[in-house]
Amino acid sequence: MISAILLGFLFAILLVFAGKFFKGKFAVLSSLIPLGLFVYFLQFIPEIMEGNVVKESYNWVPSFGVNLGFTLDGLSLLFCLMITGIGFLVFAYTSVYLHHHKYLDRFYGYLSVFMAAMLGLVLSDNVISLFTFWELTSISSFFLIGFNNTQEASRKSALTALGITGLGGMFLLAGVIVLGNITGTFSIAEMLNMSPELIKGHEYYTVAVILLFGAAFTKSAQFPFHFWLPGAMKAPTPVSTYLHSATMVKAGIYLVMRFTPVLGGEEIWNTTLIVVGAVTMLYSAFHSLFRTDLKGVLAYSTISALGILMFLIGMGTTESFTAAAVFIIVHALYKATLFLTTGIIDHQTGTRDVTVLSGLRKVLMPVGIAAIIAAISSAGIPPTIGFLGKELTYEATMHAPIIATLLVVGIVITKILLLWAGFVAGIKPFQGSLPESLKDTKMPGPFMWVPPILLAVLSLVFGIMPFIIEGSLIKPVVSALGGESGEIHLALWHGFNTVFILSLVTIAVGTTLYFVLKPSAKLETAVGKLEAASPKSLMEKFNVGFTYLSSFWTRVFQNGYLRNYVFIIIFFLIGMVGYTMIGNTKFNIDPSILSNVSFYELVVFIIMCIAILFTVFTSSRLSAVVAMGVVGLTICLVFVFYSAPDLAMTQFSIDTLTVILFVLVLYRLPRYLKIQDHKMRIRDGILSLMFGGLIAVLALEVLSEPVNTEIGDFYAENSYIMAHGKNVVNVILVDFRGADTMIEISVLTIAAIGVFGLLKLRLKRTDRVQ
Amino acid sequence: MKTIILRTASNYLLPVLLLFSIFILLRGHYLPGGGFVGGLIAAIAFVFHSFANGLKNTKSLLRFHPGFLMPAGLALSFFSGLSPIIFAGDPFMTGLWYHGHVPVLGSVGSALFFDMGVYLVVVGVTLTIIFTISEAP
Repeated sequence: MISAILLGFLFAILLVFAGKFFKGKFAVLSSLIPLGLFVYFLQFIPEIMEGNVVKESYNWVPSFGVNLGFTLDGLSLLFCLMITGIGFLVFAYTSVYLHHHKYLDRFYGYLSVFMAAMLGLVLSDNVISLFTFWELTSISSFFLIGFNNTQEASRKSALTALGITGLGGMFLLAGVIVLGNITGTFSIAEMLNMSPELIKGHEYYTVAVILLFGAAFTKSAQFPFHFWLPGAMKAPTPVSTYLHSATMVKAGIYLVMRFTPVLGGEEIWNTTLIVVGAVTMLYSAFHSLFRTDLKGVLAYSTISALGILMFLIGMGTTESFTAAAVFIIVHALYKATLFLTTGIIDHQTGTRDVTVLSGLRKVLMPVGIAAIIAAISSAGIPPTIGFLGKELTYEATMHAPIIATLLVVGIVITKILLLWAGFVAGIKPFQGSLPESLKDTKMPGPFMWVPPILLAVLSLVFGIMPFIIEGSLIKPVVSALGGESGEIHLALWHGFNTVFILSLVTIAVGTTLYFVLKPSAKLETAVGKLEAASPKSLMEKFNVGFTYLSSFWTRVFQNGYLRNYVFIIIFFLIGMVGYTMIGNTKFNIDPSILSNVSFYELVVFIIMCIAILFTVFTSSRLSAVVAMGVVGLTICLVFVFYSAPDLAMTQFSIDTLTVILFVLVLYRLPRYLKIQDHKMRIRDGILSLMFGGLIAVLALEVLSEPVNTEIGDFYAENSYIMAHGKNVVNVILVDFRGADTMIEISVLTIAAIGVFGLLKLRLKRTDRVQ
Repeated sequence: MKTIILRTASNYLLPVLLLFSIFILLRGHYLPGGGFVGGLIAAIAFVFHSFANGLKNTKSLLRFHPGFLMPAGLALSFFSGLSPIIFAGDPFMTGLWYHGHVPVLGSVGSALFFDMGVYLVVVGVTLTIIFTISEAP
C-alpha cells in the first residue's frame, strides 16, 4: 500500500525532469497512473467483502509512537476507489481541457501529489500521518486553485482556501494530540479496541470532539466556513471536479466517519453534526437558487450535499450510515459528471452563464446525454442510483433520534432545491433553441466527453443493479462505521409507503419550481445585497482589522532601530523573569565552601574588568568590539580553568568569528555618531546593570537547586556502551540528541541563506515595487 | 593588511589549519572536539587567508561558492540518519557501527558521518555569511 501512495509523489518528481514529454501529445498517458492504482485497489474487494482488514506498518519515529501504519477497510476502500477512479477520468479529461497549456506538466504534478496525499489520508492508521497527508491535500489544493496565477481573483481564492483549511489543519493536529493523550496511542485501530466508555468518559472528550469538528467542518465547507468552496471554483474545472466536489472536500466527511466508532454516539457528537449539517444543507441549497454561473450553482449544491452527509452521519443509526455511504457514491458520480459537462460547455463555448446557454443538445449531444442522466440522478428519479440514495436518506431521517418531523421537512426542502440545481446545471443548457452565437460550437476530443458518459452510465447501472455495490462497498463501509451490516438490503423498489410519497412530492415540487423559477442576474444581484452580513464578509472585515492592528504593532515595536528591539526584549525579559523571582530566591553564598582564588584567576578577572570598562567608555566602535572579544576570551580561560575544554574551544572559535563579523559590519557604518543623548545612556546603563544582575542571580539560583544527576549519569554511563564514544558532550550532540543537531544545522543553513538573500538580492529597476 | 609576512604565512597556515580542523573533527568522538568546532576552525582558516590575500584569491582557491557546502553537509547528515532505516531496518538516527578497529579513526559509525555533515554545514554557513557581508557594496 505504501508504494501505491508513493507512486503519486514519485510521478510528480518525475514530471520535474520529464515534464516536456507529458506536456505534449503524450499527456493522456499520465492517466495510466490513477488507472493502475484503481485496478490495484479493485483487487482488494473480495478480501474486504469477507470482512477482513488489510494492514501494513512501518517504523517512523517509534520512540514517539509515530508509525507509518496503513489500514484498508471498507471505508478506506470506498474512498480509494473514488480517488483513483475519478482521478483516472480527470487526468484523461485534463489532457484535452488544458491541451498544450504551458504548465500542463506542473498541473499534473500538483494533481498527482494531491492524489497521493488523499490516498495517504484515507489509508493512514496513525493519526499523526493522517494529519500530515491532510495538510498535503490543503497545500496541493492551494496550488491548484491558484493555477491561473496571473489572475488576482485566483490568487485570492487560493489564499482564502488555504487559510480556512489550514486553520482546520491546526484544529486537527490539536485534536489528534488531545485524543492521543486520552487514549495513550496514535493508532486508530488501537483506539477502536479500547473500551468506548474510557474515551467518552474522559474529561477532555469534549475538547477532542470540538477540535476534530473544527477540522472536519472547515475541510468539508460546513457553515459558517463554507465560503472558501465557491471561491475555489476559480480553479480549472478538472480541479473543481476532482478536489472540490468528489474527493478532497469529502476528507472532512471521512474524518467524521472514521472517528464515529471511536467518539460517536454521545449527544454532543450527534446533535452538533445534525444541526451543523442541517443548517449547511438548507443554507447553501437556498443559495444555489441565486447563481447564474453554472459552477456557482454546482458549488453551492456541493456544499449542500456535504451538509446532508454530515447530517446523516450525525444520526448515528445503521440506516443513516447506509444512506450516507450510498449518497457518497451517488454524489460523487453525478456531481463529477455535471462538473465535467460544465467544463466542456465552458471550454467549447467560452461561457458558463446559465442565462445565455440553451439548446446545446444540437451540437453537444453525447455531453447532453451524460448531463441529463446526472441531473436525473441528482433529482432522485428512478432508475438512477440517485433515487436509491434519496429513499434511504428519507427513510433514515424519519427514524431520526431527535425532532424527526422537523428534520424530514428540512431534508425534503433541501432535496427539492437540489433537484432544481441539478436540472439547471444538467438540463437547462441543453434545452430549448440554440442561439445564433453558439451555432458553431464543436464537439471536443473523446478524452473529454467519454469520462462524463462513463460516470453517468455508472449512475444508471448502480441504480438498476444495486447489488453490485451492496456487498462490495456499502456493507463494509457500514460495518467500519460500527453499524449492523447484516440488515442492509438495497433495492430500487421499496414499496408504496411514506418515503415513496415524499419522493413523489419532491420530484413534483422540484420540477414545478424548475419551470417557474429561472436563474436570472437580477436575483443574483438582489441576494448580493445581503452579502454584507455573510460569514465571508465578516471574515474579510476581521482580516482588514487584523492587518491594521498588525501594521500598528509593527510601527510601534519593530521600527527598524536595532537598539529599540534589544531594549524591548531585555526590558520584558527583566520584567517577567524578575517578577517570578521576587521572593522566590533561595540561594545563599557560603564563603567557607568556596575554593581559593588562584593567581591566574585573579589576573583573568582583572583583565575582564578592564575590558568591560573599556567597552563601555570607549568612543570608537572598533575598539569596543575588540574589547568585547577580550571579554569573550577571558571567559574561555575560565572554562579552561574549570575543565570544560569543549566549551572553551567552541567559545574561542565563535568569539574569533564574532569579532571578524562585527568588524566587517562596522567597517561599513559611518564613523561614531552620537545617536544617544545623555538621558538615554543613563537609561541603557541602568537596564544593562539590571539585566546583568538578573543573570547573576539566576546563575546562583541554578547552583543552589538540588542537582539532578540522573540524566547526566545516563549519558556518562551509556555513551561508550551504546554509542562507542568517550567524549560525552560530542556523543550527545551527534547521537543521543542527533535529531536536535540535525534541526540546528538546518536552522543555521536557513540563516545563511537569509543573509545571502538579503544582501545579494538586487531587484531590477522594473521589478521594484514603489 | 596585505603584508608580505602575513601573506606568506597564510599560505602555509591554511593547509595546516585545515588539517588541524579535520583532526579536531575526527578526535571529537573520544576527546574534546567535534564537527562544530572543527567547522569553525576551518572557516577561520579561510577567513584568515582572505584577510591576507584578498577575498578574490580565497574564492578562486575554493573554486566553488562555499554555500554549496550547506546542502552537501545537510544531505550527508540526513543520509547518515537514514542509513539505519536502509541498511538495518532500525528507526531514524539509530547508531550503526562497523565492528572492528580502523587504524587512526578508532571505531567508525554513522555518527562520524553525521558529524562530518555538521562540519560541512558549519563551514558553509560561516563562510557564506562572512563572504557575503564583506562583499556587500
